[in-house]
Amino acid sequence: MNEQTAIVTGSSRGIGKAIALQLARDGFNVVINYRQNREQADHVLEEMQAAGGQGIVVGADVSNSEDAQHLIDTAVQTYGRVDVLVNNAGINKDQLMLRISDEEWHQLIHTNLDSAFYCSRAVLRHMMKKRYGRIITISSVVGINGNAGQAHYAAAKSGLLGFTFSLAQEYGNRGITANVVAPGFIQSDMTAALSPEQSAKILKSIAADRLGTPEDVAATVAFLASPQAGYINGQVIRIDGGMSSI
Amino acid sequence: MSVFEDVRKIIIEIKDLPEESITLESRFEEDLEADSLDVVEMLMSLEELYDIQIPEEATEGMKTVREVVEYISALLGQDA
Repeated sequence: MNEQTAIVTGSSRGIGKAIALQLARDGFNVVINYRQNREQADHVLEEMQAAGGQGIVVGADVSNSEDAQHLIDTAVQTYGRVDVLVNNAGINKDQLMLRISDEEWHQLIHTNLDSAFYCSRAVLRHMMKKRYGRIITISSVVGINGNAGQAHYAAAKSGLLGFTFSLAQEYGNRGITANVVAPGFIQSDMTAALSPEQSAKILKSIAADRLGTPEDVAATVAFLASPQAGYINGQVIRIDGGMSSI
Repeated sequence: MSVFEDVRKIIIEIKDLPEESITLESRFEEDLEADSLDVVEMLMSLEELYDIQIPEEATEGMKTVREVVEYISALLGQDA
C-alpha cells in the first residue's frame, strides 16, 4: 500500500480520469469516484493497475451529502488516511441566461457547488486531526471571466473560488492547503460538441494555438497535491494556454 | 473515565499541553490558548466519543472546560 491517499470526484472520464491516473503514477492510492457509469470507472482502475498504480472505485453522487460522506468514509476505512481531495465532479448545460429555468439554475448550482462543500466538510474532519491535507478544486476560466451561455455554470464555478479562499484561511494553520485550478478550453466531450466555426473562434483567443489536454490539467493538480506545494494556499492557477494574456 | 477526564484527554491530544495545566476552571482562549478551530475540533471529538450532537447554539457559551463538562454530563444524564 502507498503512503498517501487521494480522492478524485467524478473521475470515470475526462479531466478527472487524467488526474486520477497522474496521482496514481505519483504514488498515491487513488479513490476513483463515479456517479453513473461504473464500467468506465472500472476501466480507469484497470488502466491504473496496468501501470502499476493502486486504487479503488467508489460509486457516489457527491452532490448528495450522505453519498459524499460515504465516499470519504470508504477511503478512510480502506487506506486509513486521506491526504488529498480533488473536487472535480461537475456538470454543464449551456443556455442563454434568459432561457435558464429555475430548475436548471438550481441543478447547476447544486451539482457544481454543493458537491465541493459536502466532500470538503467530510474530509476536513479527518485532515484536521492529521494536521495535513491538500484540497484542490477544479473551477474554470469561466468562473473568473464569465461566458455567454454559461451564467449558471459560471456562477457555480465562481462560487468555488470564494469557497476555497475561505477554506485556505480557516485551515491554513493546520497544515491544510486549499487551491483552485481553472482550466480554459480542454479537449473533452464538452469541447468536442463545438462547431468548426466555434472552435476556430476559440483558438484565436488562445496564445498556445491549441486546446489544452486533460493531462495539462492533471500535471498542475498533481503538483498542488504534493507535499512540496505546502506553501501555496488560497490560489487560483489558470491552465488556459495564455488566454488571459490576449 | 469521567467526562472531565475525557475532555482533558482530548484537549491534550489537540493542544499538546501537560495534564496538570488543564482544570475545570481553565478558559479555552486565555488559559489554554485554544482558538475557535481548536474548540470545534474538541467538540467534534466529543460528539464522536459519546455519539451525541452538540447544537451550534449550545457551543456559543462554552468558554471554560467546566461549561463543556457540565453540558455533556447533563446531556448524558450523569453527574459532572
